[in-house]
Amino acid sequence: MSSNDAIETSVGMTVERRNRAPEAPLVPAASIAGRALITVVAIMTFLASLAAGGAVLISQTSRDWRSTVSHEATIQVRPVPGRDIDADVDALARAVRGTPGISDVRPMSKHESELLLEPWLGQDVNLDELPVPRMIVLKLDASPRVDFAHLKERIARSTPGAILDDHRLWSERLANMANVLVVIAILLLALIVTALGLAVSFATHGAMAGNREIIEVLHFVGASDAFIASQFQRRFLRLGLRGGVAGAAGAALLFLAAGALSRWIAATPSGEQLEALFGSFSIGWMGYSAIALIAAISAGLSGQTSRIIVFRRLRRLT
Amino acid sequence: MVRFENVGLRYGMGPEVLQDLTFSIVPGSFQFLTGPSGAGKTTLMRLLLLSLRPTRGLISLFGSDASRLDKDAITSIRRRIGVVFQDFRLLDHLTTYENVALPLRVQNRAVNSYREEVVELLRWVGLGDRLHAYPEVLSGGEKQRAAIARALIVRPELLLADEPTGNVDPTMARRLIRLFVELQRSGTSVLVATHDLGLMDQFDGARRLVLGGGRLHIYD
Repeated sequence: MSSNDAIETSVGMTVERRNRAPEAPLVPAASIAGRALITVVAIMTFLASLAAGGAVLISQTSRDWRSTVSHEATIQVRPVPGRDIDADVDALARAVRGTPGISDVRPMSKHESELLLEPWLGQDVNLDELPVPRMIVLKLDASPRVDFAHLKERIARSTPGAILDDHRLWSERLANMANVLVVIAILLLALIVTALGLAVSFATHGAMAGNREIIEVLHFVGASDAFIASQFQRRFLRLGLRGGVAGAAGAALLFLAAGALSRWIAATPSGEQLEALFGSFSIGWMGYSAIALIAAISAGLSGQTSRIIVFRRLRRLT
Repeated sequence: MVRFENVGLRYGMGPEVLQDLTFSIVPGSFQFLTGPSGAGKTTLMRLLLLSLRPTRGLISLFGSDASRLDKDAITSIRRRIGVVFQDFRLLDHLTTYENVALPLRVQNRAVNSYREEVVELLRWVGLGDRLHAYPEVLSGGEKQRAAIARALIVRPELLLADEPTGNVDPTMARRLIRLFVELQRSGTSVLVATHDLGLMDQFDGARRLVLGGGRLHIYD
């Protein structure tokens, strides 16, 4: 092989190797404020993920509260002059035991009932002279459901001063509050998505202005508007994906850290109350799926918004 | 192929920069477009490329009335035209190879279907060893040749070249014009805008379109 042939072969191999490399993007990376856009997308995705994770957390906690509350009912027996409250409690407990839908009946002792007042009245208060109501806790089965209307009527008829509380009002208020919070989270999500769309829109207009000459050349060599728009879409999709993944990862780490912290706090005495209020502070697979979905939406929205804007603007050009 | 009838163009409320242009370009013809600087050669090129719309008159390209073309039809027509710009218009972030392959890439053709063709054409114009060089490191003549290769890669039915030999040595200029003549013989219509009287004299058979004072004079 002559030296010329060797050079030719070497050049040919280099050409072959380089030509197999992915085609260079037609919209240069440097022509877009890429780093700024990635940061904006990351922040928006982070905030949207917090909103979505918060909504999932509220929804799960509310469901847990309602589930606990709906498995219990209480009978409150108030002291009535001339009646033996202990006898009334025992009689009522016997009467309701065996009612369809009630799996367990537990009358609370006088001491237990007094303990319930401790958080409000404090310790070392003599309650002997006070007419402290007594409670009977009813554990409910999921099926058959208790006929509360009939049970209320029976209790009122048998024992004056006894009231059945099926916790429905409390449960409904909880559900309403949770629903309102979820709606607020969804509204926040919508606002964040709109802001993201606007940020991408501004960046796209800037990129189009900065690449005017490239767009003109592409038109002259026979590129369609759809082709040019797809080049911008590809570039913005990539930027959106990077920002989206960064923002979502940040939010996921925050929820993981919050979950770990809540588990640690739960081991302390005050942690029990916090856990009763907020649950385990874990958003579960549903929450993490929502965060992943938001990252994908952020990337898709970046690409699609850019494509639509470029396509519309090109259509208006001569 | 191309027909202009009483075409006039003005920018805004200014005077007409081109007046009553009437001419046609038939398939397989070769013509030079010449005239003093500022006479409107580049503007006429832009009218032919449909990047400007005339303020009056009729332009017909490949049998279609230009005023009735939608954007998709304009794109289809541009794919039948090769164009060499005076300032080359190479994309700085693409290599020579990628610049020349651009007209095929925008048609969404597979890389494998044109790779050899692009490399062969680049070798033919003397840029075989500059395939992966970026425009910023190319000389004026190399850019010129890359721009010409980009115009030719689609085997256009009409080739518009604005000062295509302005930055190359006389030998390369003759070689490029010979390429244009070969293209014309194979059926491509060629319009070369140039100031180079010597070059025009070498091709006596070519028609001359002379722009002056906004009007066009034709010398067959």
